[in-house]
Amino acid sequence: MKLDAKIPSGPLAEKWDKYIAESKLVNPTNKRKYQVVVVGSGLAGGSAAATLAELGYKVKCLTFHDSPRRAHSIAAQGGINAAKNYQNDGDSVYRLFYDTVKGGDFRSREANVYRLAQVSANIIDQCAAQGVPFAREYGGGLANRSFGGAQVSRTFYARGQTGQQLLLGAYSALSRQIGLGTVEMLNHTEMLDLVVVDGHAKGIITRNLITGTIERHAADAVVLATGGYGNVFNLSTYARNSNATAVWRAYKRGACFANPCYTQIHPTCIPVSGDYQSKLTLMSESLRNDGRIWVPKKVGDKRAPGDIPEEERDYYLERKYPSFGNLAPRDISSRAAKQVCDEGRGVGETGLGVYLDFSDAINRLGESVIRERYGNLFDIYKEITDENAYEVPMRIYPAVHYTMGGLWVDYSLMSNLPGLFVLGEANFSDHGANRLGASALMQGLADGYFVLPNTINNYLADQLGNCPSTDHSAFDEVEKDVQDITSRLLNNKGKRSVGSFHKELGNIMWTYCGMGRTKEGLEKALELIPQLREEYWKDVNVPGEEGELNQSLEKAGRVADFMELGELMCRDALTREESCGGHFREEHQTAEGEALRNDAEFASVFAWEHQGDGNEPVLNKELLEYEDIKMATRNYK
Amino acid sequence: MKVKIKVWRQKDQESKGGFKIYDSPELNPNMSFLEMLDVVNEYLTDQGEEPIAFDHDCREGICGTCSLVIDGKPHGPHQGVATCQTYMRSFQDGDVITVEPFRAEPFPVIKDLVVNRKPFDKIMQAGGFVTVRTGSAPDANAIPISKEVADTAMDAAACIGCGACVAACKNASAMLFVAAKASQLNSLPQGQAEKDDRVINMVAAMDEAGFGNCTNQYECSAVCPKLITHDFISQLNRDFVAATVRKSFKSKPSTAKV
Repeated sequence: MKLDAKIPSGPLAEKWDKYIAESKLVNPTNKRKYQVVVVGSGLAGGSAAATLAELGYKVKCLTFHDSPRRAHSIAAQGGINAAKNYQNDGDSVYRLFYDTVKGGDFRSREANVYRLAQVSANIIDQCAAQGVPFAREYGGGLANRSFGGAQVSRTFYARGQTGQQLLLGAYSALSRQIGLGTVEMLNHTEMLDLVVVDGHAKGIITRNLITGTIERHAADAVVLATGGYGNVFNLSTYARNSNATAVWRAYKRGACFANPCYTQIHPTCIPVSGDYQSKLTLMSESLRNDGRIWVPKKVGDKRAPGDIPEEERDYYLERKYPSFGNLAPRDISSRAAKQVCDEGRGVGETGLGVYLDFSDAINRLGESVIRERYGNLFDIYKEITDENAYEVPMRIYPAVHYTMGGLWVDYSLMSNLPGLFVLGEANFSDHGANRLGASALMQGLADGYFVLPNTINNYLADQLGNCPSTDHSAFDEVEKDVQDITSRLLNNKGKRSVGSFHKELGNIMWTYCGMGRTKEGLEKALELIPQLREEYWKDVNVPGEEGELNQSLEKAGRVADFMELGELMCRDALTREESCGGHFREEHQTAEGEALRNDAEFASVFAWEHQGDGNEPVLNKELLEYEDIKMATRNYK
Repeated sequence: MKVKIKVWRQKDQESKGGFKIYDSPELNPNMSFLEMLDVVNEYLTDQGEEPIAFDHDCREGICGTCSLVIDGKPHGPHQGVATCQTYMRSFQDGDVITVEPFRAEPFPVIKDLVVNRKPFDKIMQAGGFVTVRTGSAPDANAIPISKEVADTAMDAAACIGCGACVAACKNASAMLFVAAKASQLNSLPQGQAEKDDRVINMVAAMDEAGFGNCTNQYECSAVCPKLITHDFISQLNRDFVAATVRKSFKSKPSTAKV
């Protein structure tokens, strides 16, 4: 398949204006004749649904949560980037764009990232006007802080809960539209499949999670804003119910899946403490503004941190990357933590941990300032570990946090399946092989508030009257497939729980497709996963019935999809014979242990195309062409 | 450690529920309360019994999905902590722990420990927003907001919408929730234009959903996992009275003939 990103011609800085100027429009009285279904109500979905409804489209928005306010965007702690240059520290649209492309290790699409940087400033304006309580200076202006991968302070924040506050902003806009009757909101509703009519995405099949009813929804366009797929790893910082079902079923209906192996392993999470563990908790990257990361210089040094004198500590990020220090990007910081732990210098009971130490900052600024900046994070740390981080350093270790890969989209955020739009973490385009901190919130809201509302017209303008009836035979077929999976799961009556399979899959993925990947390991994973999948369909036990709230059934369908997606991730990682960003192939590294890219062969997007169950997917490539910046080896030294 | 859990089981909204007692398998004190339920559920599934349905998602105390009344207290034994951030080290080996859903008429039980909190969304739809079209906002620094005001708004905005305040109140009042939501916007300059309509409409939606009146006993703020203060209830009452008075004096179009 030839993938055409449809990037507007002309200078980088003028592409977005040019796109808007040349885009087809839908006149205001016709807008209400179009039905748009938005799946997901997080930052991307919530802001898109609200804005499309405001424009006059008929919108249906659905979430599996009990309320649209609960999507996992809510858990983002640190902040949101924007090129406002309120600090007068040399920031600009271009610099945010450049930092993001460089942070992504030159594997993102240049034009998309530039647009993201352009609209970033509008997002802050929009959110402030909605009443998002951003942190402020005493003079009344907005406060900023620094984040990894940048040498300017461009991150806006609301205590340690920026994600919740931005989501509540989008939710308030969405609530207003629901109240006005322009958005039909379906809570407790999960998308289980995509309906394609004559090559266009024209509807979805859902399950009402309370009654178990399978429902059909026809649409002129379908918008997926369903988040990332990090729960393939079982243990991650994702919410327990975050899943890949919507994007995976869309993939199986013909949408290409791009760069599935690009996974972000976040450097600062609370280490694993036991095998019962259900999730890992992030400690915001913002902590690295004031915390210093170190391990003992000596292998196997089991002294308490306070007993290790200054000269016997290795502040390894400051040592290796003096100009960025503790604010080195996530992929680099995570790998550095893995290296020191592999050397036997890790701390804590398991040896899989490093210290994040605030004593210098507390001595310099006083405990009250640190409490003001990070109080709730210190509280969370205390609740989980029973340790007081004002007195002893935090122990942290990397954990799966975000997926840069996702469904392939063109410049207008439309998949290769016309009519299917994909926003936020669910798409692939903006973060390349590594996302910088505070850029996920930026992308979700950019896509939902400003990009999609300006691109969807271009598709819809030609589609008036093309919305099929839900009686169309395509709906019959897809609904039958959905029913088949459900009854197969429920009637299997095996011996093993869904959770035990998920755990096993997670172990395979973390071992072979985690922070360090090898040809040998990935090939091993590609043997193990199909075996596990076979066993799943033979031996899984899903209790309960179909026509009721059945959390085991929900989970069973999601884990079935994770197993297929996990295999694709390993295949992608194996095919990409280079290291870039979060994808680190141990065979491809520099003498200093840094990622070694191979631009000549791999400066492209890998977009996988499903060929039916049991067949190998086809690899399509979109060449990444950098017109404005020169690809370079990343240097944070 | 091992515990017994005395847990509410209810097939669906229409069925009558009741308590059942289960022995937990061996637990680690560092498990979260919800991880304990995961382990019990794995055990029940293996025994051929249906696992206990409960609400949860982020498991880091911010999404507001988890609920539960643990030994009579919404969100369990600790102040300022949600159920998902409660750890088994807070209990003793051999404890019998009672686990119930949030109980309030406007929050009917859907199954076991899962309740329907949709009325909170309805209240928000009635007025929990600032009307601003996407793209029409002025520069974010055009309106300075003092740090004090911004901090007050943030204190109110910290509400995670879990509904513990309702579950703790003998009147099932949602005043703390409504007060937090209204006060966030009413404190800020951006929220002034719609302030009066906001409080009147949100309070009306709250009443319509069947939430009771404030008891002025503040069980709500005592159990709030985000420690939202009941001072916001006073602010809501002030804003409501002022709005009602202003509305009653609002000039109506003249019907006098000329």
